[in-house]
Amino acid sequence: MSAARLTSEPVDVATLIRDVTADDRGAVSLFLGTVRNSNEGRDVNGIDYSAYDAMAVAEMNRIVDEATQRFEGVTILLTHRTGTLRVGDVSVAIACAHAHRSPALDANRYVIEQLKRRVPIWKREHYLDGTSEWVDPSGRPAEVAQ
Amino acid sequence: MTVRVLLFASYADALGQSELTLDLAEGSRVADVVTRVREMAGGRTLPPSPLLAVNATYASPGAVIRGGDEVAIIPPVAGG
Repeated sequence: MSAARLTSEPVDVATLIRDVTADDRGAVSLFLGTVRNSNEGRDVNGIDYSAYDAMAVAEMNRIVDEATQRFEGVTILLTHRTGTLRVGDVSVAIACAHAHRSPALDANRYVIEQLKRRVPIWKREHYLDGTSEWVDPSGRPAEVAQ
Repeated sequence: MTVRVLLFASYADALGQSELTLDLAEGSRVADVVTRVREMAGGRTLPPSPLLAVNATYASPGAVIRGGDEVAIIPPVAGG
C-alpha cells in the first residue's frame, strides 16, 4: 500500500489523503512542501525541479520502506513533483496514516528529512529580476553560475 | 569496457551535456570516471569528490565498475 512516485502533474492532495485513509487508521498526517516566494533575500517567482528519475524513485521507495520498518503499521504515500512550478505550487506531498498519531507524525518527519538529504532531485530557482540559479543547500557557492 | 555517465543540473551545464560514454580499463573504479570527466572541457568546475551512484544506487569512489554500468555524478541534492 505504501508507495513513492515522481510526477510532472500537479499533486492531487485530496486523492492522496483519500488513498491513505482507512477505517483502522485513526491518524493521518500530511506534509506539503510548497514553492516559497523568496530565498536568501531574493524574490522567487518559480522553480524548475529536475531529477535522476530512476534513482529518485528507487531512493524514495527505500526511504518509505525504512519508515514503515521504523514505525510499524504506518502507511505512507509520497509524491514529488518535477517540472516548472510557480509560487505556492506543491512540490512534495507526504501522507502517513496509522492507528495512532505518534507514528503517523514521526514517520512523516523521517521521510521529509531523508528525502532532502538523499533523493537526487535538483531545483533551479527563477528570480523576479530575470536571473536563475541552481540551489545548493550544502551552503557551498553554486559550482556554475547561470 | 564502456560505461555510460550521467550528469545532472549544474554539472550537466558545466560539461554542456547530460550523458556521455567513456572507455575505461577493466577494473576501473568510480573515482576514475570522475577523474576523466574533470579532464574534459568544463570539468574542473566539478568538485574532486562529488556524490556518486552506480546503476541508480549511491556508491563509494572506490567501488569497482563493470562494462555497461551507468555511473551518475550527482550535484548537491535539493528536493523537497
